[in-house]
Amino acid sequence: MSSPAYHAPETIEQAVALLAGDTGARPLAGGTDIIVQMRSGRSAPSAIVDLKRIAGIGGVRPLPGGGFAIGATMPCTSLKDDAALAAAWPGVVEAANLIGSVQVRNRATLAGNLCNASPAADSVPALVAAGATCLVAGPHGERVVPVADIPAGPGRTSLAPGEFVVEIRLPPQAGADAYLRATPRTEMDIAVVGVGASLALNADGICTAARIAVGAVAPTVLLVGDAGAALVGTRLDAAALERMADAVRAACRPIDDKRGTAEYRTAMAGVLAGRVVKIALERAGSKA
Amino acid sequence: MSKLLVSTSVNGDPQQFLCDPDTTLLDALREEMGLTGSKEGCGSGDCGACTVMLDGRMVCSCLVLAPEVEGRQVTTIEGVAEGSRLHPIQRKFLEHGALQCGFCTPGFIVAAKALLDRNPDPSESEVRYWLAGNLCRCTGYDKIVRAVLDAAAELRQDRRAVA
Repeated sequence: MSSPAYHAPETIEQAVALLAGDTGARPLAGGTDIIVQMRSGRSAPSAIVDLKRIAGIGGVRPLPGGGFAIGATMPCTSLKDDAALAAAWPGVVEAANLIGSVQVRNRATLAGNLCNASPAADSVPALVAAGATCLVAGPHGERVVPVADIPAGPGRTSLAPGEFVVEIRLPPQAGADAYLRATPRTEMDIAVVGVGASLALNADGICTAARIAVGAVAPTVLLVGDAGAALVGTRLDAAALERMADAVRAACRPIDDKRGTAEYRTAMAGVLAGRVVKIALERAGSKA
Repeated sequence: MSKLLVSTSVNGDPQQFLCDPDTTLLDALREEMGLTGSKEGCGSGDCGACTVMLDGRMVCSCLVLAPEVEGRQVTTIEGVAEGSRLHPIQRKFLEHGALQCGFCTPGFIVAAKALLDRNPDPSESEVRYWLAGNLCRCTGYDKIVRAVLDAAAELRQDRRAVA
């Protein structure tokens, strides 16, 4: 088997040209998935386009009007070092820092976790709950796409040939967020279920907006609209939380595998949804 | 496919080597530079035996492509001791018997040093979480954790003596 070419472009335009000019080329950010896939033979790219030499792509910047843009090659551990980001979106930052080990998180990125398109990706339910979007660059220019629209199925994305994710954009925080996952082990494990929640409350403690997203219970991460709707207009009392959990369970269509049965995943999705909404509520309350 | 020429810094020394584009940093260290302290346990980022520092952050060298380290700073287990004088973490591993077969030890020591460089006084639980990406199939971890905590205590004392 021949070795792929290696390119380290310094601009987005050069990266797009390299990716668009070779349908077998794959972008490289942290490499914690693609290098494993290359070594196992699951993936045999004809070229590797290392994005890390592109100026400005490895950091986080505040967006005008609030919110944050997180560059495609920013490692998960660096997210914790940005105090403003970690205070505004603790659920996203914590979710990214459940992936693998410190060694892995020093390389792994949000954009890579998204584009690897694992149904069990930890950061994706948190990003979808947050209403995050991504800036995609490609041969026909740039476009902004909801994070939820990127995964198309296990290992597949909706990105067109030559396109790659340049940055992930989080909106201004209007409340609080949280993420929880269930794993058989404490560390170094893959989510059997993961749930992200993002809430906003008014001054009277009434929920004005809620987004609940669930991972590892379907081919892609699910935004459960009915679950969020069950919370809006309530004080997040026990009855509202139960209706929310019912909606989450109803949306689940998991597989059975060695890490959990479909029945267990569905039951746990409801349990975790209740817990994660309580954490987000506590965080939103302490800010008010 | 022609080989790439990579210029980098390893343990403070300039290094140049030729590699295929998909060579891992681990293979370049072991095969091209003769630095065989870093080990390959799994080759998939699960075991941490290949842990090195890349620009001051610990990474699995099996999950880094060698061309990526062009112009960057790499530190391996070979850069931990000062000549023949062991680093306190290495000495404490010996004193506590924190190794049996020794295959995982270089990775544990690089990772433990990365922890103590940023947190001189970690709790036992912080040590265990930090080292979760380093697997040892012999010791059961207790002696490793004790060696790291003891090394931390000694390093804190040394620092006080200097101050």
